[in-house]
Amino acid sequence: DREYNRSFKYATNAIKTSKYNFFTFLPLNLFEQFQRIANAYFLVLLVLQLIPEISSLSWFTTVVPLALVLTVTAAKDATDDINRHRSDNQVNNRKVEVLIDRKLRSEKWMDVQVGDIIKLENNQFVTADLLLLSSSEPLNLVYIETAELDGETNLKVKQALPVTGDLGDDIEKLADFNGEVRCEPPNNRLDRFNGTLAFAGQKYPLDNEKILLRGCTLRNTDWCFGLVLFGGQPGTKLMQNSGKSTFKRTSIDRLMNVLVLCIFGSLVFMCMILAIGNYIWEVKNGSNFTVFLQRKHSAGFSAFLTFWSYIIILNTVVPISLYVSVEIIRLGNSFYIDWDRKMYYSRSDTPAEARTTTLNEELGQIKYVFSDKTGTLTQNIMIFNKCSINGKSYGEIRRLTLKDPVDFSFNALADPRFVFYDHALVEAVKLENPEVHAFFRLLALCHTVMAEEKKEGELLYQAQSPDEGALVTAARNFGFVFRSRTPDSISIVEMGNQRSYELLAILDFNNVRKRMSVIVRSPEGKLSLYCKGADTIIYERLHQSCSKLMDVTTDHLNEFAGEGLRTLALAYKDLDEEYFSRWRERHHEASTSLEDKESKLDELYEEIEKDLLLLGATAIEDKLQDGVPQTIEQLAKADIKIWVLTGDKQETAENIGYSCNLLREEMKDIFIVSGHSPEDVRQELRNAQNSMKPDGAANSLLLTEEKSKNLIKDEEANGEYGLVINGHSLAYALESSMELEFLRTACLCKAVICCRVTPLQKAQVVELVKKYKKAVTLAIGDGANDVSMIKAAHIGVGISGQEGMQAVLSSDYSFAQFRFLQRLLLVHGRWSYLRMCKFLRYFFYKNFTFTFVHFWFAFFCGFSAQLGLEMSYWTAVNTFFVLGSLAMYFAVTFTMYSNGMFLIFPSAFPFIGTARNSLNQPNVWLTIILTSILCVLPVVTCRFLLIQLCPTINDKVRQARATPPPPPRRSRIRRTSSRRSGYAFSHAQGYGDLVTSGRFLRRPAVPRASGFPQVGRAATGFSPMGRSAGYSPTGRPQNLKVPDVEVTSLQMYRTFSDGDL
Amino acid sequence: MMASSYNAKEEDGHHSGSSTHGGTGAPKNKKPDNTAFKQQRLPAWQPILTAGTVLPAFFVIGLMFIPIGIGLYVTSNNIKEYEVDYTGVEPNSPCYDCANNFTWNSTTPCVCTVTFTLTQPFESNVYMYYGLSNFYQNHRRYVKSRDDSQLNGVQSSLTNPSKECEPYRTNPETKQPIAPCGAIANSLFNDTLELYYSQPDGNTSKVTLVKTGIAWYTDKHVKFRNPGNDKDNLTERFKGTAKPVNWLKPVYELDPSDSENNGFINEDFIVWMRTAALPTFRKLYRIIQKKPDSTPTLASGKYVLKITYNYPVRSFDGRKRMILSTISWMGGKNPFLGIAYITVGSICFFLGVVLLIIHHKYDTRSNSADIPN
Repeated sequence: DREYNRSFKYATNAIKTSKYNFFTFLPLNLFEQFQRIANAYFLVLLVLQLIPEISSLSWFTTVVPLALVLTVTAAKDATDDINRHRSDNQVNNRKVEVLIDRKLRSEKWMDVQVGDIIKLENNQFVTADLLLLSSSEPLNLVYIETAELDGETNLKVKQALPVTGDLGDDIEKLADFNGEVRCEPPNNRLDRFNGTLAFAGQKYPLDNEKILLRGCTLRNTDWCFGLVLFGGQPGTKLMQNSGKSTFKRTSIDRLMNVLVLCIFGSLVFMCMILAIGNYIWEVKNGSNFTVFLQRKHSAGFSAFLTFWSYIIILNTVVPISLYVSVEIIRLGNSFYIDWDRKMYYSRSDTPAEARTTTLNEELGQIKYVFSDKTGTLTQNIMIFNKCSINGKSYGEIRRLTLKDPVDFSFNALADPRFVFYDHALVEAVKLENPEVHAFFRLLALCHTVMAEEKKEGELLYQAQSPDEGALVTAARNFGFVFRSRTPDSISIVEMGNQRSYELLAILDFNNVRKRMSVIVRSPEGKLSLYCKGADTIIYERLHQSCSKLMDVTTDHLNEFAGEGLRTLALAYKDLDEEYFSRWRERHHEASTSLEDKESKLDELYEEIEKDLLLLGATAIEDKLQDGVPQTIEQLAKADIKIWVLTGDKQETAENIGYSCNLLREEMKDIFIVSGHSPEDVRQELRNAQNSMKPDGAANSLLLTEEKSKNLIKDEEANGEYGLVINGHSLAYALESSMELEFLRTACLCKAVICCRVTPLQKAQVVELVKKYKKAVTLAIGDGANDVSMIKAAHIGVGISGQEGMQAVLSSDYSFAQFRFLQRLLLVHGRWSYLRMCKFLRYFFYKNFTFTFVHFWFAFFCGFSAQLGLEMSYWTAVNTFFVLGSLAMYFAVTFTMYSNGMFLIFPSAFPFIGTARNSLNQPNVWLTIILTSILCVLPVVTCRFLLIQLCPTINDKVRQARATPPPPPRRSRIRRTSSRRSGYAFSHAQGYGDLVTSGRFLRRPAVPRASGFPQVGRAATGFSPMGRSAGYSPTGRPQNLKVPDVEVTSLQMYRTFSDGDL
Repeated sequence: MMASSYNAKEEDGHHSGSSTHGGTGAPKNKKPDNTAFKQQRLPAWQPILTAGTVLPAFFVIGLMFIPIGIGLYVTSNNIKEYEVDYTGVEPNSPCYDCANNFTWNSTTPCVCTVTFTLTQPFESNVYMYYGLSNFYQNHRRYVKSRDDSQLNGVQSSLTNPSKECEPYRTNPETKQPIAPCGAIANSLFNDTLELYYSQPDGNTSKVTLVKTGIAWYTDKHVKFRNPGNDKDNLTERFKGTAKPVNWLKPVYELDPSDSENNGFINEDFIVWMRTAALPTFRKLYRIIQKKPDSTPTLASGKYVLKITYNYPVRSFDGRKRMILSTISWMGGKNPFLGIAYITVGSICFFLGVVLLIIHHKYDTRSNSADIPN
């Protein structure tokens, strides 16, 4: 059957990313290099110079720099290609087991054929694009990691067709497997696959869920069998996706191109003039001068030759070497970025990296920064910061003194990374204060976290959101260690004592309820309900008896929220055994009922979650990265507009907006656009516009006018405003009929936050700004969902953090911390821009001076294309020493004018003695002094006058520096509306359903020596979607390939299970 | 003076994050080196234009340049220069006949004499130049038409001159290589100038003209060398070569009086071979050494210039001149430099005054900007 497949001549699985081999290197590489305009231009010049009639310069003035450029480039290409050869070889020679002749044989990757059945083992790379046939896991599931494809390190689940899954690992059956796959031709879409499998007379549809793509890694799966569908270079989606990214150009590049073209035009014009001059001279003077200089050509032909001669001589005016020099300068600036210690992050040992070397000066021109939130502004780490227990607030100390953190050594299971400063709380725990104990017991019980214990005592929590993880970790450190769970029990270690609570029900979280509860039976048999949730929600359900406590706690909550912390209220209640058993029956009834199940359950939950007793409140800090507020403030001062595009919920995003100084209390108003229909959105945008610019009434007329010009002017609003827009509203706002309205509103605001946006929308927003604002944009992000935005913006910056490498790989610059953006833009960008500008001005000046001397001299030498200046050093100096420093000038001059050089090449270096004899004359020096003073004088005068009469920004900045900046205002104004209970709002429906259903425990647990029930292995299947860090926010659209962003791997798992049962 | 020290450090951001410390970990981490170059802390210098620096600078430049300019101007004016055009364009000029009756292969040289009067005595060394006008020694084809290897005495180039010399590479009849080849050598200036002083008593005495020391040292000793072995006779060494077409004598007989001044190292030849940059030029011809006693080198009075007229310039409207000039420390007569210095100095001074007035008028605003950061 292998022979049969071979007859189709499918591509083999070998890949070849290298470009050259030993013999083709020279011709191919040269061909490629001469496709660059600069090299081609040099080549044309060289050819012209080889014609003796035309040549006016010695040959080496062109050959030396050309050879140098070619050699350096070729050497770089060669090393690159050698590396590619090596990696190709390494990949091609990897071994994989292939089913041949009814036996499994180890074959090299490159020998794998389409139609082969191969066996993959755990942690192996997938060899080619495969159709999954069967696997070692139940339900024919396999777990794969797609880090190489899309940068996401979480596990994804693929499932084989039941009909092929039945083949198992039976070699005989597999060898007899004779199906026919019809599918779409190879393409580059990672998220789609269409095809059918015809097997045993039946047709089965195939989709992406049954395909393993090359480049993935098999995880947590002992083995699986797959049928090779596409192989190697042309077929696999990995290879199809490794295309070149689009080449980004800076505005200086474009300006330079225009300039060079203009200059080239003027060069041709000048040469024409000189050729005509030559014609006239030849007719008038040349014909008489034949006594001493015989004529070879007619005047007309002589003029023609002169034209070309002058093209050579005046070539310095067309700064083709400019491109080389500019590249070198940019490279240097990129190195400075790489070398900057102030952009080096020691904790992860990552220096900044300029991945694109051609965009440096654009960094100084950034007008708009589009930023991701999670992982970029925030660390994606939640920290249990404060709490209020029974009317007493803990954690305040941290602000006041720099005390040592609390020592958790009394607790063997404590997480060493957890830091808390208030010793009073630990004392309270140690004193066995019942409320404090209840508080932490609640935190340890009421959650849906999975625990994994790889080694005894080394707990790893897999939380559905980082908030939960933070809460459970806090409880763990204060002596209430959540150890493990089974579907109907939760084991915790309470102050060193192992206790197992019977888990009776999980009343899971959802957006409406904004709370979750668990009902547990303690080892002593006491029934309790523990509830945590948004404070407003909890307060409604409290027993009257705790109204006093409510007031105190409300004060605390306000205080916490004012500091930008995410708060949560905790409450509990003891249950009556009888009541509960009745409730449980009804619950069972409701959950099995077919119609209206949700609302029935909600009613039941509502019923039991009342008359709660308040325990206290927690405050979690969504930890910003270091220096984020300061950076944003600085960038705002530099008049750079920052838009945050996040997948988070509106409230969370707003919260972060406040804590990182993007939204400020001083702002006049924050507009929130969250309409669900185009009309609503338009109206909201209009309202916002009207309040920002009450006089701009006729704006719609203005807009249509502007649209035709494809440009929107910058406008000034009558104050500082912020705009928050929701993803669904954004979808309307980005429609072509409304995009201008949106853009205008957004640009009037100081800060814009778009929440719940998809990766595609991120890119659309960037494109919108790029299209209508002639401004340079920068996008910064860290995840795979930011890739589209990073690619769309003029400059993409990747945060090289924990989350995959996809963003970094498609970015132009990468570093570890958001705050480095300030240095990148305000220091490196500015310096690069200034340097480039200075260089360009100097370069054009130098070229023009040099060239115009020859133009001028032509009128004295009979337009004969004779050089007025010695020029041989010129090109060398141009190429090697961009600034042509004086020392270098004299060194080169004296070398070339030396006796030695002359004696070696008498005809090539006839300049001997010139420098010595001319520089001996005081006249020369006097003239040099005079001309330099004369050249500098007007410039100094002009600049001085400018500084005196109208100081530039620079001078103003200098002035501003002298006076100390006003202290940053971070007032503690209460803003109870949105900043409270951020956790509750940001949280999505949890794993509660699954925890109780126990389905996730289907797979046999590997027996361990430790006595604890093991769920560790299963739990890895629950990797929170997207983020690889231990904790992760939910509800974020994670994967830009999956259109339905809400599907988590977990939910997918659940779907399979349900379908199968 | 007009600057302040400028340091990149000052431009650094103010963040004091954890990145500034923490290099204590593994020795081989990716932390960039803390060198002044990599961290862009190399000392730099940037002029800051403040009133305190600019205005004094202007005045100082002005006050320096004006005296220099006056000095240069006076020096230049003290230089004595006398120029005689002997082309013979006008019918009544002495060399009219010679100029009109010129033929290349006349055997008897045409001699004409020009008399002139020096009103002032010339002190110190006097330099005698010949000047040509409308002569395009800077034409590209002309400039190229030489073989430096041949002139450097390379034997292979002597017998096989460079193609650049065409059409003056080989003798069209004998096919022998021309030495020295090329258009420049071929057009060697070959008028002979002699100077006689008509003493007041009616006698004429010949003024001694020194013909060595007029070429650059490097040209005479490095760039130009005769081919072959030094022991051999020059005639022997140039055997097998032809003289340039326009020349009357072969290269080894250029100076019959001094055998050391023959061949390629003939100084007149060397001077000619250094091509002029402009179509109107002068070249050093002879030096008149100053006399050991205190009498002037050239006393005032009547002089006779005797020209052996060999060089045709009429065909291209050229002019031939003889120039006598003394020199100073700053070279020949050049009033322009002095004037230029005086002008620039005055402008500087004037600008200084104007800027001072402006500065005083807008004093309030600029004061705060002057505060160094």
